[in-house]
Amino acid sequence: MDLWIARTPTAGIRIRLPSVTTLDSGVDSLADVTSSEDRLRRFLLGLPGVDQVGAEARAATLSTRSIKTTAKAYALDLAIRMIDLTTLEGQDTPGKVRALCAKAKRPDPADPSAPQVAAVCVYPDLVATAKHELRGSGINVASVATAFPSGRSSLAIKVQDTKDAVAAGADEVDMVIDRGAFLSGRYGLVFDEITAIREAAGDAHLKVILETGELVTYDNVRRASWLAMLAGADFIKTSTGKVSPAATLPVTLIMLEAVRDYHETTGLHIGVKPAGGIRTAKDAIKYLVTVNETAGPDWLDPELFRFGASSLLNDLLMQRTKLATGHYPGPDYFTLD
Amino acid sequence: MVWRPTLPTKDNNVRLEVRKTYKLYIGGAFPRSESGRSYVVNDAKGKFLANASQASRKDARDAVVAARKAFGGWSGKTAYNRGQVLYRIAEVMEGRHEQFTLEVAASEGLSASKARAVVDASIDRWVWYAGWADKLAQVVGSSNPVAGPYFDFSLPEATGVVAVLAPQDSSLLGLTSVIAPAIVSGNTVVAVSSYERPLPAVTLGEMMATSDLPGGVVNLLTGSASEIGPWLASHLDVNAIDLCGISDAEEARELEALAAENLKRVRRPAAEDWSESPGMSRLTQYLELKTVWHPIGV
Amino acid sequence: MSRFEYAPAPESRAIVDIKSSYGLFINGGFVEATDGKPFKTVSPSSEEVLAEVSEAGPADVDRAVRAARKAFDKVWAPMAGRDRAKYLFRIARLIQERSRELAVLESLDNGKPIRESRDVDIPLVAAHFFYYAGWADKLEYAGAGEDPQPLGVAGQIIPWNFPMLMLAWKIAPALAAGNTVVLKPAETTPLTALAFAEICQQADLPPGVVNIVTGAGRTGQALVEHPDVDKVAFTGSTEVGRAIAKAVAGSDKKVTLELGGKAANIVFEDAPIDQTIEGIVNGIFFNQGHVCCAGSRLLVQESVYDEVLARLKRRMSTLRVGDPLDKNTDIGAINSSAQLAKIRELSQIGEDEGAERWSPECELPAEGYWFPPTVFTGVSQAHRIAREEIFGPVLSVLTFRTPAEAVEKANNTPFGLSAGIWTDKGSRILWMANQLRAGVVWANTFNRFDPTSPFGGYKESGYGREGGRHGLEAYLAH
Repeated sequence: MDLWIARTPTAGIRIRLPSVTTLDSGVDSLADVTSSEDRLRRFLLGLPGVDQVGAEARAATLSTRSIKTTAKAYALDLAIRMIDLTTLEGQDTPGKVRALCAKAKRPDPADPSAPQVAAVCVYPDLVATAKHELRGSGINVASVATAFPSGRSSLAIKVQDTKDAVAAGADEVDMVIDRGAFLSGRYGLVFDEITAIREAAGDAHLKVILETGELVTYDNVRRASWLAMLAGADFIKTSTGKVSPAATLPVTLIMLEAVRDYHETTGLHIGVKPAGGIRTAKDAIKYLVTVNETAGPDWLDPELFRFGASSLLNDLLMQRTKLATGHYPGPDYFTLD
Repeated sequence: MVWRPTLPTKDNNVRLEVRKTYKLYIGGAFPRSESGRSYVVNDAKGKFLANASQASRKDARDAVVAARKAFGGWSGKTAYNRGQVLYRIAEVMEGRHEQFTLEVAASEGLSASKARAVVDASIDRWVWYAGWADKLAQVVGSSNPVAGPYFDFSLPEATGVVAVLAPQDSSLLGLTSVIAPAIVSGNTVVAVSSYERPLPAVTLGEMMATSDLPGGVVNLLTGSASEIGPWLASHLDVNAIDLCGISDAEEARELEALAAENLKRVRRPAAEDWSESPGMSRLTQYLELKTVWHPIGV
Repeated sequence: MSRFEYAPAPESRAIVDIKSSYGLFINGGFVEATDGKPFKTVSPSSEEVLAEVSEAGPADVDRAVRAARKAFDKVWAPMAGRDRAKYLFRIARLIQERSRELAVLESLDNGKPIRESRDVDIPLVAAHFFYYAGWADKLEYAGAGEDPQPLGVAGQIIPWNFPMLMLAWKIAPALAAGNTVVLKPAETTPLTALAFAEICQQADLPPGVVNIVTGAGRTGQALVEHPDVDKVAFTGSTEVGRAIAKAVAGSDKKVTLELGGKAANIVFEDAPIDQTIEGIVNGIFFNQGHVCCAGSRLLVQESVYDEVLARLKRRMSTLRVGDPLDKNTDIGAINSSAQLAKIRELSQIGEDEGAERWSPECELPAEGYWFPPTVFTGVSQAHRIAREEIFGPVLSVLTFRTPAEAVEKANNTPFGLSAGIWTDKGSRILWMANQLRAGVVWANTFNRFDPTSPFGGYKESGYGREGGRHGLEAYLAH
């Protein structure tokens, strides 16, 4: 671990101890795992492999679930409550963010029974605006940080980026990992960066973006998921939305398996957030089915599962209206913000 | 006046011939029949040639054990190696050409030149089958373009222990033509030779023992196919049976019905011209096809 | 609703039009049986009578064989291969067009989940006809000589587990090669075969090329023993296969048999664990375990036994048992009361022999034939549930320590139909695949089928292959 300490301003590894004491053996073994870079590497490389075809076949089978009537109504509302309503554009302005926050608070002006989203996700410089707009709503402000989306900056800047966001009032921080370091096998570096950001984020919820579209293989997704969890992530998140492919169902399946297995070992619940590319209610429901049948019903909660999305919300609202009225609505009846 | 051979005496230098004992060939060894039985083998004109061991059901049982024991090693050899071993059989036969010719001539009542032609054809048949060893998989196997992300291929494998009731007429060429296609792909064989013409089979066994063929790959029983056949047909550790030595239709039917007990692959008797090019049908008769699937992914 | 509970999502039955009674399909038309008693086919998920079906007696079978012979001599064998091909392509397309109807009908009559009949059975049926259609005018390239000839009339007997898929496996290659057929579907699942008869009519297939005779063992026996049948193709139990092999002894009939199995599904410690669990589940619970090649013997390396079992049980707890027409059903109904009785009997034997039985909590419907997904642990090779084909959703779990021991146990059976291997090590996969005495080896996958891929068994699992070029050879004289 000496190697890491040299590079890490906030030395030490933060393994959060489980609240369930019966699972002590698992935690002990994981503490051991992170005691040196070599052990961490051996642990990650020793995780069971993922067969791509089998994983994708499983995701495809889960996609065939047919969610109708009451189940659909439940799923649509749950999905809305799980949304991190997101705008991450160079052209973002306070005006844009204000509009998004209004939408977050009251997604369907025609139907006050439509639930609020979980959070609004913006760049750090717009956190204050969002925070102000959402005060008293119960909706969190999430901020991307750490030189999002590429993560190509010094650790000092990443840490400062995070601190800025938190200082501006971010409840949640969505950081990116150093994919270059990960792909070149420098797992210790990735680990240390996450622990450093974890420290900088303070009490804010930490979502670790793996950018699975750049990790490419499911084996890498599984390793990165474990790496992030071991380093203190509250959530593991698929993508920045700036790289294609962004979230896919099989990738999310692999990450759900990882949080399930981590929970088996430690008793801790880590959240999962697919982000980017989920645009339809139909897709969202496939994700919820996958959550339900992989990690289990515990994860069917905005505390443990989020959608990073923007246009998804309107489709969920349209489907919701269709279910309530029996008629197909049109997009003109839903607000574009 | 009655002719009497000149008896050897101390003074006349007449040499008394050393006669050969014709035994069974099981597991690479040459036992007599456990039953202690033998039977008289005459030449085509009815003149005494030799006593042959008369194999019993227990000899057949022992032969199946030997064949099963040899199966793993023989079928596990590379095709190239099996091809070489079969070719070596042809080489060794060539060296024993004269002996085979004499026995075929005596057994089948052929002239020396015709018998020689039969032996030539038999040797050539070993050569032909030897060459098949490392071509079978390419000719009868396949790569299967399934509609999905899988690599899928099919390969031939040996069926296992093959019982052969060898032709009754063609004592060497016929025997060769039914044994070689079975063993070239990795099967092991228990063969019951022609009853009346067993001597070339015994010599073939002796020749095999001095070739590179592992013991037990071919086991040769002399005796009655009708007596031993039902034991082999009903034996649950025999995987296939060639009934070509059975001419009686009802007997063949009974043997086929016995073979059904463990779903043996059965080659029914049919009119055969052993001098013709054999084609692939006997080769493929004792093959299983194994299809293997594996996903293709990163 | 405070939890995410899947509401019923039934596929509509309205798409199928089941007649109250069916005749036999002989010489292009439906005809009354002359010497058999009608029988009923019931929906195994509700015990509802779906239709009354004719039983073909020996005289009816004779009529069907004569129709097939005539069609063989006069029409089908002399027809140009390209035209036979076009008929088969037509049939393939008609199956695709009527796929939803056929899937619903299959699930109703057989009890299998609509997800499987819709996504597996019927698409594969169409694919089989499409594949063999293309062979009909290319027979000289099939590896059966330069001028391969059809065998004549094929008598084909199929089981109830994949009624229409087995029909396709039988009829498509037979017709492509120029044979005509008399096919007997299983007595508990005749309806899709009778729907196929209608498809033959819609395709204008010449009369007599395909004949469907419904009935049970007696009908099958008449077909096998009919002197004018040139080829017998059977899929079903080893017991019946043995009887057929005896019955055709001494005749000139060609035979292919696709019989039982007791496949080992072998899990090594380095297996891709989540896909392995899916493969185990798919291996034994696909189609209620009514699969001859089911991975019914799970061989787990001792070092990962606890983990595999825990994960398997957790996964089994998510399986949804119930209405076959519900699109979310994973495990449907057991096909018949007789089969249910057999599964119960062997499971009881498993318990009596000391194996430990476990099923997830699941509510089974009151009507119909049901059996929960079940796993037996503490099973050894000596247990009957490790040796006999249960043909139901019942998995026996055994352990091994080394690859050689896995092979030894896997091969220690009179069957030899299929096997599974789960490991991330490539060289071990190939070594295992070499050693296993089985006709189909699935490595890091299980229960995959394709018309191009030859399928069939070693040893008492039968002989001959179906699928691919090899499946065509079984219907050609060479």
